Amino acid sequence: MVMVAALLAITLLGAGVVMLSPDRYAGKLAAAVSAVPALLSVYMYWAYLTQFEGTGNALLQPGDVAFGQQIPWIDFGGLTISYYVGLDGVSMPLLALTTILTTLAIVSAWTPIDERQSQFYGLMLFMETSLIGVFSALDFFLWFVFWEGVLIPMYFLIGVWGGPRRKYAAIKFFVYTNVASLVMFAGLFALVFSTDLTSLALPAMAEAFRSASGLPTVFGMNLLTLSFILMFFGFAVKVPVFPFHTWLPDAHVEAPTPVSVMLAGVLLKMGTYALLRFNFTMLPEVAQQLAVPLAIVGVVSVIYGAMLALAQRDLKRIVAYSSISSMGYVILGLVAFTPHGMGGATFQMIAHGLISGLMFMSVGVIYNVTHTRMVGDMSGLADKMPWTVGIFVSAAFGYMGLPLMAGFAAEFLIFQGAFDAATLGSAAPVLTAAAMFGIVIVAGYLLWAMQRTLFGAFNLETDYTVSEAPFHDVAPLAVLLLLVIVLGVNPDLSYEMIQNSILPVIDLGGGA
Amino acid sequence: MVTQVAPLQMAALPGWTALAPVLALAVTALVLLLVDSIDPDTTDTSLLAGISVVGSLVSLALAVWFVVGGTGIPTGQGGQGTPVLFNGQLVVDQLALFFMVIVGSVTALVTLASYDYVREHSYQAEYYSLVLLAATGMSLLSATNSLASAFVALELVSLPSYALVAFLKKNKGSVEAALKYFLIGAVSSAVFAYGISLVYAATGVLRFDAVATAIESGVLQTVVDGSVQAQAGEPAVTMSILGVGILMVIGGVAFKTAAVPFHFWAPEAYEGAPAPISGFLSSASKAAGFVLAFRVFATAFPIQALIADGGALNWVVAFQILAIATMFIGNFAAATQETVKRMLAYSSVGHAGYVLIGLAALSSSGEGLAFSLSAGMAHLLVYGFMNTGAFLFIALAEYWGVGRRFEDYNGLGREAPLACAAMTIFLFSLAGLPIGGGFFSKFYLFSATMNVGAWSLAAALVINSALSLFYYSRVVKAMWIEEPDGEDRVESYPTGLYTAVVAAAVATVLLVPGFDYVSSVAFRAATLL
Repeated sequence: MVMVAALLAITLLGAGVVMLSPDRYAGKLAAAVSAVPALLSVYMYWAYLTQFEGTGNALLQPGDVAFGQQIPWIDFGGLTISYYVGLDGVSMPLLALTTILTTLAIVSAWTPIDERQSQFYGLMLFMETSLIGVFSALDFFLWFVFWEGVLIPMYFLIGVWGGPRRKYAAIKFFVYTNVASLVMFAGLFALVFSTDLTSLALPAMAEAFRSASGLPTVFGMNLLTLSFILMFFGFAVKVPVFPFHTWLPDAHVEAPTPVSVMLAGVLLKMGTYALLRFNFTMLPEVAQQLAVPLAIVGVVSVIYGAMLALAQRDLKRIVAYSSISSMGYVILGLVAFTPHGMGGATFQMIAHGLISGLMFMSVGVIYNVTHTRMVGDMSGLADKMPWTVGIFVSAAFGYMGLPLMAGFAAEFLIFQGAFDAATLGSAAPVLTAAAMFGIVIVAGYLLWAMQRTLFGAFNLETDYTVSEAPFHDVAPLAVLLLLVIVLGVNPDLSYEMIQNSILPVIDLGGGA
Repeated sequence: MVTQVAPLQMAALPGWTALAPVLALAVTALVLLLVDSIDPDTTDTSLLAGISVVGSLVSLALAVWFVVGGTGIPTGQGGQGTPVLFNGQLVVDQLALFFMVIVGSVTALVTLASYDYVREHSYQAEYYSLVLLAATGMSLLSATNSLASAFVALELVSLPSYALVAFLKKNKGSVEAALKYFLIGAVSSAVFAYGISLVYAATGVLRFDAVATAIESGVLQTVVDGSVQAQAGEPAVTMSILGVGILMVIGGVAFKTAAVPFHFWAPEAYEGAPAPISGFLSSASKAAGFVLAFRVFATAFPIQALIADGGALNWVVAFQILAIATMFIGNFAAATQETVKRMLAYSSVGHAGYVLIGLAALSSSGEGLAFSLSAGMAHLLVYGFMNTGAFLFIALAEYWGVGRRFEDYNGLGREAPLACAAMTIFLFSLAGLPIGGGFFSKFYLFSATMNVGAWSLAAALVINSALSLFYYSRVVKAMWIEEPDGEDRVESYPTGLYTAVVAAAVATVLLVPGFDYVSSVAFRAATLL
């Protein structure tokens, strides 16, 4: 099947064409180009639902992988590397999320991005190529190329089109995440070269690491444990998890809104996706041994992120910090090693991708009109821009976990899975209860922020006319809200395929 | 019925034709001198640059043809056999041809770029012929099979290089750089020659294979009628003298490759020299130094025999120390520079450290040489394009009159997007991001270190790669993210420089899908040593 190759080729070629096109048409052209992979991936999603019922995990049952393709590429003195891609129930929804969110983010960029447009849209498409690659690659080397490939467009997107402190934010993001990648790389390769691997295909790695024996002890730790910790650090920076989160608020606040949408909606999921694929699928035993400390890291992220969000005045900063909080739930769900915990964590990746994307986009639309994001500078926007505010309020309730929206399903499943997690032992109820408290704080800061900015009498000192945003600004919001509600009403649309791919991982841990 | 196509009969040609890639460069140098003697005042840049580019491309094409055609592969393995010339002084094997490809490509890029860069200067014919003479020396150096011919070839590289660094003779920086380069070069040549004499004293021979035989058998050797024989009376090889000799040979190599502790000349020379010459020296000249090192240490000083004896020098440990020191000194110094050219100069020292892994990533019993050597070779080839390209971009910036500091590059991306995009590819590839071949060759080096469990080398490689991204991205940031100062600096788009920069960028990117071919050719060449 060449579907994945087609997605990669279309976005990469599209990026080249858009970069060379005149600024006037670049935005429209980029939207048209990115609509192709979006529609293709919807078709793939539909085909997956109807034709690949029950497909297992791509790493543990590589024979069942959907849209797979493998072509030998390079031979590094006995280590073979191939172009090897394929999708399963975990990567399929993430791939669809990527392509759909990219198209919407590109449309939402039409208003705010007014200089060097062809370069902006070209880089957005280039980033989409890398993201598609990250979620579909089944060879470590190929995956790493795409993983690092995401950094380059992101660096420019923040650095060139960002806010006043963009240079600092861009370099911080770049160096921080690159160092993390190298640590992860070192940890993984310590294992690769200690086991007699002849291929860097992820299924082969999963097989070799699980059956590895007689590994050396380094720094008083089994090599498996050391590698797990190094890899966890590498991915935790990307998620980000407390205390490696400091790049995120800077990057989010300085990035232009469409880039924030991609950053929160998709890039953070790279970290949790990699954690699931590498740490939890390849080293399940270590993951279970370290479950309690990891869960504590997750819960601290939940509470600490929410507390930081409570202290912010900038709407964008509030959403940025709340992302740290939401990603903490994913960590908690993963370490639980139960069907609902891991499944809920994966579902939360999708749900948070949609909802946080929606939140950032709404804040962006408000900023386009008012040119401020500060709570307290404005009030009563609901009268002036009812559609935008209506969607913003719905999104915020989605964030707080309103039933029948995707966020509720995800968080409910995570709590259910974590509450009786055998891996967490007697700490499970305490940790879960502590994490639940995070929701209360979320409700606190979001309700407070909305009450002050959106309702009451209109007040804003500005020379701009404040009125409803143009249709092409509001339409992406509506599409996202629709998706959030559809997934909330019928979570099985994604949850079923996620379960089918998660269960083999849970079986590794012996739990159920 | 299948018609048998007769295979290409290379063996029917006289043996010296195997040196055709070297001869093409030498003839081109002589033709340039001929043009100069016919018309001493010629400033016909198109003619001079044209001859040079064509000559180096012919050399490149011949070398590629020989690599693909199987010269240097034993006939038993489906190749054309390995031509051994002049009583074993020269050998045209796959290793030699691999480096002739690097020298040919870099020379072509540099002479193409010089078309615009030296257009305003006098003595252009001399400039081009010096470049071609140095290239001849580098190409010859890759085929040397004896310490004597190695020394001659090394001097053929060095002498034109001194003159080339001083080419901007009205420019104090250029002259000062050349003087420093010359003084350190003279000292290290003397060290190298003395090392050769000690090795000769200990073993009685200069041919690499003969030196190896002497060390392995522990008996002084002599060459009679082209064949190596034990000397009458069978005196023993003096291992302590040999050890000092090997150490001094390492010194000579360290100078040519700009590795610690003979790296001091490099930042000065690269900064003072005309930018295309900086690219030429830091890519091709470095590669030539490394091919000498690879061949000497892989064939003349067999590590297993030296370790087993214990009396002479275990050069693997020496190279491990040098590699780590060179990586750290080069990269940390690069991170503190204020001018772009000097930053690239120090980064070039750092890259010498990466390539030294080729001789350092061996197990304690001396296993794994073919793997690590081929990794070093592959990195040098990729480096030949990305580093030359980066220096040629500096040449372009100097041509436009852009200043030397990072800040002077502010906003250049808006005025010259194509060239700056190419420079971005070079820098990210040098840093080891997977946008160009640099990521793959660094990964190859990394797997070579992990293959033998050389953790310290692997850690040094990873730490320095992470650090290098910081200083390379300063240039990228200046070009694309910072605001320009106001006045337009880019008034013209010089054809030669632009073509060279873009060609180097295309090659850097094409090495991503093509890396498998490069690494397999390198591995085959290293295995056949």
